[in-house]
Order: sequence, then structure tokens, then C-alpha cells
Amino acid sequence: MPESTIYEISSPGRMGFKFPNLDVDSTELPESFLRDDLPLPELSELDVVRHFTNLSRLNYSIDSGFYPLGSCTMKYNPRINEVTSRLSGFCNTHPLQPIETVQGNLLLMYLLQEWLMEITGFDAATLQPAAGAHGELVGGLIIYAYHKLNKDIKRTKILIPDSAHGTNPATSNMSGFEIVSIPTDSRGNLDLDALKGLCDETVAGLMLTNPNTLGLFEEQVVQVNKIVHDAGGLVYGDGANLNALLGIVKPHDLGFDIMHINLHKTFSTPHGGGGPGSGPVVVADFLKDFLPGPIVEIIEEANDELPPLYGLVTPKHSIGRMKAFHGHFGIIVRALTYMMIQGKDGLRSVSEHAVLNANYLMARLKDTYTLPYDRICMHEFVLEGVWEDIPDVHALDIAKRLIDYGFHPPTNYFPLNVHEALMIEPTETENKDTLDRFTEVMLKIAGEAKVTPELLREAPHHAPVKRLDEVKAARELVLCCWTPNPENE
Amino acid sequence: MYIPHTDIERQQMLDVIGVKTLEELFRDVPEEYRNPNLNLPVGQSEMEVLDQMRLLAEANNSTDDLISFLGAGAYDHFVPSAVDMLLKRGDFFSAYTPYQPEISQGTLQAIFEYQTLISNLTGMEISNASHYDGATAAAETAITAYYHFKKKRKTVVVSPFIHPDYIQVLRTYLQAIEDIQILIPDVNSPDEFLDVTPNYLNDDTALLLFQYPDFLGNLYDYTTLIEQLHQAGGLAASIVYPQVLGIMKSPAAMDADFIVGEAQSLGLPLNFGGPYIGFFTTKKEFIRKISGRIVGETIDADNKRGYVLTLTAREQHIRREKATSNICTNQGLNALAVAIYLSLLGKTGMNDVSTICYQKAHYLATQISSLKGFSIVNKAPFFNEFVIECPLDAADVNKRMAGIGILAGFDLSQFDVNRKNQLLIAVTEKSTRESMDYYVNALQEVLNA
Repeated sequence: MPESTIYEISSPGRMGFKFPNLDVDSTELPESFLRDDLPLPELSELDVVRHFTNLSRLNYSIDSGFYPLGSCTMKYNPRINEVTSRLSGFCNTHPLQPIETVQGNLLLMYLLQEWLMEITGFDAATLQPAAGAHGELVGGLIIYAYHKLNKDIKRTKILIPDSAHGTNPATSNMSGFEIVSIPTDSRGNLDLDALKGLCDETVAGLMLTNPNTLGLFEEQVVQVNKIVHDAGGLVYGDGANLNALLGIVKPHDLGFDIMHINLHKTFSTPHGGGGPGSGPVVVADFLKDFLPGPIVEIIEEANDELPPLYGLVTPKHSIGRMKAFHGHFGIIVRALTYMMIQGKDGLRSVSEHAVLNANYLMARLKDTYTLPYDRICMHEFVLEGVWEDIPDVHALDIAKRLIDYGFHPPTNYFPLNVHEALMIEPTETENKDTLDRFTEVMLKIAGEAKVTPELLREAPHHAPVKRLDEVKAARELVLCCWTPNPENE
Repeated sequence: MYIPHTDIERQQMLDVIGVKTLEELFRDVPEEYRNPNLNLPVGQSEMEVLDQMRLLAEANNSTDDLISFLGAGAYDHFVPSAVDMLLKRGDFFSAYTPYQPEISQGTLQAIFEYQTLISNLTGMEISNASHYDGATAAAETAITAYYHFKKKRKTVVVSPFIHPDYIQVLRTYLQAIEDIQILIPDVNSPDEFLDVTPNYLNDDTALLLFQYPDFLGNLYDYTTLIEQLHQAGGLAASIVYPQVLGIMKSPAAMDADFIVGEAQSLGLPLNFGGPYIGFFTTKKEFIRKISGRIVGETIDADNKRGYVLTLTAREQHIRREKATSNICTNQGLNALAVAIYLSLLGKTGMNDVSTICYQKAHYLATQISSLKGFSIVNKAPFFNEFVIECPLDAADVNKRMAGIGILAGFDLSQFDVNRKNQLLIAVTEKSTRESMDYYVNALQEVLNA
């Protein structure tokens, strides 16, 4: 039986929460503004707790098993993060309190800015962006604002590799640019000749993910960035794959000008079923005046008696505010907690083991699954989820069959430049036993594909529901479980 | 601790890969930049880090230590214990976006119920799965309207009485769409805004954006204005503070086309400004034009009810450069918090919290207005937030109050330089009569000092 909806278990007159009695005299309510009906459900506290507990059990999560979802860095979410972010002194502070009363928060944000700058080599940081895509938008708008301030108005194009995340072109569109796609070469790098041919005075910038979405380090990245710079463009680094580079290389040293960082990927804050994440942006010195504000700075230096005073400052040519208030503070607390526990030695170890795990899985799977680019990979790799001699089994079927064996599937059908892609990112927090079990299952599924392909095509067999009819969902558009006006349906 | 490899396992894995050292795995990284020094401290234990985090937290004064009347877009409502207990379930917080619906029915159904609850609270037909916060949700209404009219209507008329951060975010989001104009009528009062705005509505108006209650706490009926706007062919978007909807009618009853806002007040702590959650609702006719995730009901291969992400063809991973927004996710866990909060409070609880906020705010307003030298600025009805005129600079009042542990309100000179003596005061169910009386006495003493 599927879990009932909260409206189905509602019963008139039930209550799940009681407020204190009113301790002041009542005045009249403004008649003309009152609503007639409030169509919300009526449930007891246990009804609610049991309902959402049952829902939670229908989810697969990192806590329940291996989650090798490429490009998403589904690493373990340490529990201490959930403790520190809930300390009353943090979570019960109002964003508009006088700065003297929130020096702890401001110092914490300042420290995270400093850590992120040191890890990536950049010169300034903003913690405003709410997510990776939001950070990308900051990057796109900084490129736009930079050329506009320089009156370099011919620059209308953003170059984007064909392997890029969909957010890159969507961001460039929101930032007012035309998009030009660059092909991938035979080694899985951005095609340098194509890039040279495209770089002229109309290029505003390049958006480059490194390691790229094939999980490969761009072998000519320094040259790539120089070519774009020589043409007068800026290089935006999509930091989605930073988990491969901590303590290995600082992206700014490679020539990137701007980069966003996903705290919910690299720095272990929970994905939360789709958010909230956090996407701070770091920039080179010459772009720091464009950052969205406010950012945290020392506004009065320390003296013999007093510590420094931290305050909120908006840069001179700021592209503006990205959201109300100061960023996803609760996520910022979690990320700094994780970074302080890791320290510089631990952070490097994170990347080493993320890359070790990916290469180990790749080595064990590449004889059975087609590996389009056979090179040492970084923190993830991409296989083809299809065999020439079994044309009616697809990446999707392999993904769904993995569910039957208790694993979350890899990302599939991305990146777009690999046929039937299966993108696998194990992360550093998985042990060898788990990777071995996953390998054995992947090999077993490859065998099943030959002998009993229907097992794959009809999978999953052992999930809370079978394959769902997405066409029906889009055609009939039932988006609410209950509405007060059935005639509106 | 979080990295489980033993020395033996590491060696076995390197052997399978066919390299001798971890270092060899990084041979594609240019050697001259490889292995930089990180000028950072070494790792510490959980116990040590917890101590340092506690010290930082204790360096703040929280609303546990202070009596707070600060609102202005972030509200100190009580969060029932069950909300956070459920959020701590790893099955919820350590899952990702429900790309594999067969093993994500918990997240999907919770979002579906969130959509239903928000639709019913706002009285709108459609809710998406949420945006980053109220300000970004508001900005997305302008983009939606602009593309809905195929870029032919280019003016977004904005009330000057919306949250100032929201106006700034709107400007940020629209800066690169060069033919869009943001038009803010030059008026001094909300009454004047209602009188003057019809003159600005014409066949170039894509959207009218206003706030209910407005930033100064006023409740106005926008029915006539929206009617005039619709006659001119534009769309109406209202930012709403959701607690007001427990007793007051929604702008849906005024025929608004979009209702959006900040749902932090529905089950999330203040958290120094984030992460919060922007709700986004609209009419069915605009469903294919809006951005953000949407969950729909369907059936599985055995005809069993289930849920999936739907209308994904609108989104960036399919449309790429043709997508009107680059948003990927929703505020997942925060949408869950809102769904739990609204389920717990339900019909009675939402009515109660709304009534209590209204009554307490009016009690405080009456008490303050009886003080010599202070007066209430609001001419229209208000809900839980109102403006007082002080006999001295609001900044000065704030400073003196802070000295005795009271956050007196939002200094409106930061919103409008002509309002230097005005404070915006918010009252919630957490404001006790005792704390309000203490506040009133303290204001009296400020005057006497």
C-alpha cells in the first residue's frame, strides 16, 4: 500500500500543536480582510510523526547505502555538523541584529571565506549564493558587469564545452550572453584547436569545469586559460568537481578568474533531498569589487584591548545582492565544522582517496563496460551503459537494476557527449568492501543483460514502487493531493 | 575518521589500478602547480572543534538572551519540537534530488504535500517545489512574466513598499536583460502608491510586484489595482508573509497571478538569515512558464500511486541555453520542514498563531501609542508588524534598548532616509505580555532620560 497523504488521514477537530492562551485583551479583527476558510489538514502530533517517518523510509539515502551519483559528490554527512549548526547562539540569531551582537557569526563567516580562498588560491570570496547554480549566476553576471564597466560591449559570447552541466548555458543566457559550444577531443579534453578558432574580440569568457564532467583533468588547462585571456575573455571555473583537487592544486594558479564552490558536495553538508545547498564564489583580485554583497570584512582592526570588529560590506562595483540577508548561514556553519576537523592534511587526504576510489572502480569495470576515454581519472568516471550486441538494454535499465541490488544508480544520460552515459562518483568515504560489492553487482548485471535482459528492462523489482509513468504525470498534471474546489480540477 | 581506508586496502587498490603511489594518480595536474602548501591548521578532533564552535556561538547574543521585536523579513516564530526531530532523519537529509523516483518516494511525496499545503494556504492552483528564498522567488516572477509575453512587455512596476533586499535582488537578476525596465513609482505613502500606480500601467507592463502586508506592515486591498492591471494586460505578483494567511484573505482573492514569499516563518529558525525557503505559486495557465521543480502524481507499472518530478522539459538540464532560469534544486529539506509545520498546526493551529500575532501586536501598539511622544504611523489595518514614530532617532532608541537586552525593531532610516525616527516592530506568539510591558516601560525611560 502506498503511504496515505496527510489530507487522507486528516480528521476534523484533531490538533497537532497547542499555543498558549492569549495573555492580552482582544481587539476586533478587520472584517473586510478576513478569509472564509482555511483548507489545511487536521492531525495529531503522532499522526504527523508517523506519516513523515513512514515517508522517510521510502527514501534511499547515503545513510542507508552506497550513492555513486556522478557529479553530485554524495559523501558521508558527519553528524557533528548537525550539532554545531543547531547551537542556539547560531540558529537563534536574527540577520538584522546589530553587528556587535553577532560577532561570533561574522567571525565564522570570515573564517570560511579565508579557508575557501586558501584552498582555491583566489583573493576574495562571497558566501551569498544559495546553491551552485546561484554561484554560477554570480560568475555570469560578474563577467557581464566587468566587460560593461570596461565599455567592452562587443563581448557577447560565452564558450562552453559540450560536456558541461545544463546550468552553464542556462546561466549564460540569464547573464545576457550567446552560447557557443566547444567540442571534446579524442582524449576527453576540451578541443584546443576549436577553442583557438573561436577566441576573438566577441568572446566574453569561457565556463570550464575541471576536472571536467568526464572525470578527467583538462590536460591543457593552463594553455586553455591563457588563450581565453589573450583574447580578452575571463575564465569561469565550475567548482562542481573540487573534491578532486583539495591540496592537489589551487584552481586560481591554473588561470581561472572566478569559481563557485558547492559546500554541499565538497564540504560534506547534507544534500537534504535537493537542498538547501550553498555556492560561495571566489574571485581573482581584479574582480573583487564586483562580488555580490554583503561580504564579511574587518571594519575595525584589533587594538591592545579589543579584538577586531567584523562587519558586513558591499563591494564598490557589486553586481548586487543575490538573496535577502547574508547567505545560507546554517550550511556555512556545517562546512566550516567539517573543514576544521579535516584540516589541511585531512583535506588533501579527501581528494587522494576520492581519486583512488574512482580509479579502483574504473579499473575493475572497464573490461566489462565500455570506457570511452581510457585515462587515469579524477574523482569520477563515465562508462557507456550499452553493448553493441544487446541493443535493447540501455543505461537506464542498468541503473534501475542496481536498485534491486541495494545500490543507488550512477548519474545516467549525462554528460551528453557520451553515449548512454553512466557517471560514477564513489567519493572518499566509501570503503573497499563496498566498492567490491558494487563491482560484483555491476559485473553480474552485465551478465544478466545478455541472458535475461527483461530482468533489467522491468527493474526495479524490489523498490517501494515499480517504474513510474512519467508521461501520465506530465499529461494529467495532478500537482496537489487535495483541493477545496473540485470543479477547478 | 571519515576516510575508511586501511594501509593494506590502499595498497591492494593501487595494485589493481596499476600504479605505485597515490601521487601517480595526479600526473595530469601540471607539476609546477601540484601539491601547493595550504596555509591552514591541521585537523582536529570532534571534541576540539565542538568547543571552538561553542565559543563562536556564545560570542553572539541570540534571541534566547535578548527580547526581540525585529522582523523585517525574518520572524522569530516558535518551531514545534517534532519539526526538527523529523528533519534529523538521515533518510531525509542524506538523500539527494529525487532523480530515481522508485527509491525517492519519501522526498517526492513530501514535496507533493508541501505543494498542496502551500496551494491551499495561499488559495492558488499551483505551487512549485520552492525557490532559494522569498527574494529570489519574487525575482523569478518578473522573469516569468517577461518570457510569458515573449519579451514584448518590458516594464516591471514595483511597489516601493516591498522589502528593500527584494528590490535589490530583482535588480541583480534583471541587470543583464537589457531591455527590461524596473519602474518604482515615486510616492511617499502606500496610499499614494495605490492612487498613482494606475497611471503607470499600459501595454508595456509585464508585471506589477507588491507586498502583502507591505514592508511597513500595512494591509491593503489590491483588488481594484489588479483589475486595472489586468485591463492593461499585465500580470500581478504579490509577496506574502504566510502567517497572515491563517486569518486574513489571500491576494488570490484579489486575483493575483503569482503569490510568492518567504516561508521561513513556517517552521524554520532565524539562522542568521538562511537557509530559508521561497514559496512560489501561480494559476494553472502559467504552469508551463514557471521555473523550479514540480512534483506530480502518477502510477507505477502495477497501477500503484506514486510521484515523479514532472514538466522537466522546462528545466536547465533539458533546455540548456533556452531555459529561462538556471535553478536546479528546490530547498528540499526546508520544504519538508514547512510541510511538517503546516501539518502539525493544521487548520486550527494556523488560525491560532495568526490570531495571537495579530492580537499581541495590537496590544503592543496600543501601549506604545499611549506613551507621550510616540505614535503609530500605520494608517491602514496591520497584522503583526507596525511602525512607530519616536521622539528621537530610531538608531538612538535601538542603541539604548540594545544596552538593556532589547532588539527594539528595524531602524527604518535604512529603508528611507526620511524615516529617521521610525522603527518597524514585529510581534510573534513568542512575545509575552511581560516582555512587551517591559519594552514599553523601557521606551518610557528612554524618553525620560
